[in-house]
Amino acid sequence: MSIFISSLISVLIALIFLGFIILSLGDDPFEAYWQLVSWAMGTVPGLIQSLVSMMPLLFTSLGVLIAFKMKLWNIGAEGQFQMGAFAATWGALYLFPNIHNPWVMIPLLMILGAAFGAFWGFLPGIMRAYLGVNEILSTLMLNYVAIYWVNYLTYGPWKGAGSYNFPITAKFPQSAILPQYGSGGLNFGIIISIIMAFFVLYLVKYTKFGFHLEIAGDNLRAGEYAGINVKKLIILAMVIGGAISGIGGMAEMSGVLFRLQPNFSPGYGYTAVIIAWLARLDPIATIVVSFFFGALLVGSQQLQLFMQIPSSLINAFNGILLFSLLASEVFMRYRIRVVRS
Amino acid sequence: MNDIVISTFSGAIRAGTPLLFATLGEILAERSGVLNLGLEGMMLMGAFTGFSISYITGNLWLAVLAAVLIGGLMASLHAFMSITLRINQVVSGLALVFLGQGLSGFWGNAYVGMQANSFQNLKIPLLGDIPYIGPVIFDRDVLVYIGYISVPVIWWFLYKTTAGMNLRAVGEAPDAADARGINVILTRYVYTIIGGFFSGLAGAYISLAYTPMWVQNMTAGRGWIAVALVIFAIWDPVIALIGAYAFGGISVLQFSFQILQVPIPVNIMNMFPYIFTVFVMLFASSNRIKKLFGAPTALGIPYSREEKT
Amino acid sequence: MSEKILELKNISKSFSNLIANDSVDFDLKKGEIHALLGENGAGKTTLMNILYGIYKPDAGEIFLDGKKIVISSPRDAIENGIGMIQQHFSLVPSFSVVQNVALGLKEMGIIPDLSKIRKKIIELSDRYKISVEPDAKIWQLSAGEQQRVEIIKLLYVKSKIMILDEPTAILTPQEAKGLFETIKEMTANEASVIFISHKLKEVLEISDRVTVLRHGRVIGTVETKGTNENDLARMMVGRDVVLKTDKKPSHPSKPILEIENIHVMGDKGIEAVRGVSLEVRGGEILGIAGVEGNGQRELGEAIYGLRNYTGNIFINGSKVRPGDVLERIKNHVAYIPQDRKADALCGGLPVYKNLFMKAFSSPIFSFNPYFFYPEKLREPSEKVVKEFSIAASSVDQEVKFLSGGNMQKVVLAREIKSHPKLIIAVHPTRGLDVGAEEFVYNVLLAQKEKGTAILLIAGDLYEIFNLSDRVGVLYEGQIIGYSEPDESHIEEIGLMMAGVKK
Repeated sequence: MSIFISSLISVLIALIFLGFIILSLGDDPFEAYWQLVSWAMGTVPGLIQSLVSMMPLLFTSLGVLIAFKMKLWNIGAEGQFQMGAFAATWGALYLFPNIHNPWVMIPLLMILGAAFGAFWGFLPGIMRAYLGVNEILSTLMLNYVAIYWVNYLTYGPWKGAGSYNFPITAKFPQSAILPQYGSGGLNFGIIISIIMAFFVLYLVKYTKFGFHLEIAGDNLRAGEYAGINVKKLIILAMVIGGAISGIGGMAEMSGVLFRLQPNFSPGYGYTAVIIAWLARLDPIATIVVSFFFGALLVGSQQLQLFMQIPSSLINAFNGILLFSLLASEVFMRYRIRVVRS
Repeated sequence: MNDIVISTFSGAIRAGTPLLFATLGEILAERSGVLNLGLEGMMLMGAFTGFSISYITGNLWLAVLAAVLIGGLMASLHAFMSITLRINQVVSGLALVFLGQGLSGFWGNAYVGMQANSFQNLKIPLLGDIPYIGPVIFDRDVLVYIGYISVPVIWWFLYKTTAGMNLRAVGEAPDAADARGINVILTRYVYTIIGGFFSGLAGAYISLAYTPMWVQNMTAGRGWIAVALVIFAIWDPVIALIGAYAFGGISVLQFSFQILQVPIPVNIMNMFPYIFTVFVMLFASSNRIKKLFGAPTALGIPYSREEKT
Repeated sequence: MSEKILELKNISKSFSNLIANDSVDFDLKKGEIHALLGENGAGKTTLMNILYGIYKPDAGEIFLDGKKIVISSPRDAIENGIGMIQQHFSLVPSFSVVQNVALGLKEMGIIPDLSKIRKKIIELSDRYKISVEPDAKIWQLSAGEQQRVEIIKLLYVKSKIMILDEPTAILTPQEAKGLFETIKEMTANEASVIFISHKLKEVLEISDRVTVLRHGRVIGTVETKGTNENDLARMMVGRDVVLKTDKKPSHPSKPILEIENIHVMGDKGIEAVRGVSLEVRGGEILGIAGVEGNGQRELGEAIYGLRNYTGNIFINGSKVRPGDVLERIKNHVAYIPQDRKADALCGGLPVYKNLFMKAFSSPIFSFNPYFFYPEKLREPSEKVVKEFSIAASSVDQEVKFLSGGNMQKVVLAREIKSHPKLIIAVHPTRGLDVGAEEFVYNVLLAQKEKGTAILLIAGDLYEIFNLSDRVGVLYEGQIIGYSEPDESHIEEIGLMMAGVKK
């Protein structure tokens, strides 16, 4: 309960700071608050957009969540996401050009996306397990490799015909497109992401893997003591997390964008770290928090539209929110320590 | 051909300078044991602050000073969070990036498309006239020269002064440093903030010299490259110099390669710095290498004297 | 007779429920080597930590050259000329010897003048016959060489009083000899040395006087010349081991644990276990006595699979692989380690999850790895908590909030309930109050009745005597001898613990 309250207080503090920042340029903070939430969370088309925005955030947050449970700092969701998108594009446009049945194509693409995302997690995983290489830095480096890989393909060999030198691939064939509901972007991928959240919940709470993650995450030595193969666990956590982010990339392609292009991700993988943290590594809470951040992203575009406030301001809000959240955690810890003594 | 080589080196030095500043600063911070991933955010704020102050006052040096101070201010937030509150340094650094991106984008909006005073090239007499090398190295703006000087200064500081020795001790063996009466906490604060100064300076270079303007997110990921560079440099300022110009050069190479029709695609080349860095990490993971280079062992771990007993 | 340079009067110190020092009087004469002798928990290190400013005494005073002083930090101690060489060195690995000595010195300006310091180091090295290579990097040096650097550091700041805490623990016999020569040189040059040790031979060889501590109290201070091993051993272990348990004689069956000549490396690169062979049969408790630091931890870890070793270990007749913990667990081996919080418990997790930590490793459980319901573990956990009288607010309480004794009960309960055939218990009642202690004893004895083989590695003779059927003594990584766990053999065991073979 107190965790919920401290999260709420953190959000309020961040909102207040946000208000002051907006005020500093003479704009009306309350109008900004209104623009931020009214459309994104108050209208049907807005809500739809928020859900669409939520999807990649949810996938990547779930991906990092698994590693975080074990105190493995996987900040490679961005790269794993990109690799999943790449793999899905490869499958849809080049590997399986003759499959017209979506019931076959979609699962195939999901497997491809998962496999490449998993591979992108496997590399830092094995480096950490066997060589002790810091996973923060290795996943970060691989993010860039993935981003440039996508850039290379879209500026180069995969540039779609008739795209007038725009770095963008051809459109996915119909069989590779996830079922759409209406024309607002609502797609089956969103449902997959929510199912994924429940799957991660199951994985983390009701399996041997999840139990071992929890033990090793709390005390690695105790994990060894309990007979857990810690090296294997590290690799598994990174691989599964990578696979989930990879599926996210695939879903973004097949469900929303239908084409691969450079910089299609505004840093979802990094926001995912904040989301997972805010959600205290609870998969169901992650759904809510991802939606919240998705809505904020949409709302920030409203801010831009109606108040000419650059949408990047939302980054400042995220940053302040994260700081106040981290600080509030410390005060909670401190209170507990004081109460005990 | 000569022209291409010259322009490549020229471009490498220019593009590498902000990387150099940010990397040197982060080397100092990490040498004290604090990991600050917020470079991108601090650089952006430095770039914005530098540009806006230059626009408002017309005084370039005041602009640089302001940028440097802003970088230090942001770094002190991170320092407070990670050193005193003992918060996870990864998350805190990331939050700093978000904060920097957001604030600079928001406040900078008014300056998009504006023009402000920027640094011009300053040729060094005599040295600047040396054929080939002269124009490349000695006909640059002042900040590039500051970059050149920074490397030996920091090298000298790290390896030849008492303060540098103390810094290295704090990063490598905080218990030992503490036992010798060195204030570990203070040291970490000081060098994290100094790291911030450098990041601010790096940002100022970008908006006041490299591409004199303000555009949202204009650092374009250079802060993250600097994070990689620190590892690539194995926390040594001289290797940092080589790495910064090399990494900077890669972005410039693309033009030269196009002209020379070298068949390596630009984006594949862009990957190289990061892949190299991964290999450096593999290399540096061996304990022997760590000891040899005095790698900061306490990186990312908050220090507490009580935890020992 | 030289005068007293240091006096500790009436020093007392407690840590929560444990009395570490009880009205201790201790003095040091100028130029003497004064040994501080005692078992683990005797209070030697606590006393010296008080002198060195790491702890503040609850009562008592310190007098230096007759003047009362207050030492509130190691800095104060150093400024008063008191230096300590602890068991963990404070050296920077990539720095040279000179740089380590120079680090933090007030005389250094902005630019360190290392040549001056180097010269002085060479001077000291010659004068005290301590061979160091000033430009060698610390990480290249052996433990013994590193210790010499620590000594040079003390000599450099002209420490008048030097405290050496179990200095020979990491030295080879030759290095120990060199150390003794150095100590003699130092005292010949007006330094005074306090030498903490549990090794009788050393104490007799090097010291001028010996103070023996037991259970936080001074048993006596004697001139080394006028005493011998037996007297000292008697003072160290006393005759007050009161047997409280209802220990029945054992009827051992076949061997469950067989160890053949194992060698185990310690953390600092020296061998901690140097050729141990032993056998424990079902239904018997083999107690391994010894002062901490003689290889106990490494031995326990090696047997359980947490540490590599060379040699053979057989459990229930079949050879097990070094480092394979899971294999041990599947063979019904239980382990109660010395540092339960760090090694065997997850502080942030609730009691019931800790009780079932080995849910997927232990052969007595057959949980489905894909359909696991931790909530269902609450009920059986509640029963266990009751059975073992674990004081927790509920099975959901995070283990880190439990007292030390209750934490140990959690570990004990988990291990016992797994129907072990072999239990390795290392200092199982360390830090427990009397009630909890008795509880643990009864549990272990009951296990013995059931036919479990128990290897008890402990430093407390009280514990060893209360539980064991046989006693072996571990000294410097080897079993120095066996004995019987009864009062008539106390001195013999005490001697063995201090290094004297039968």
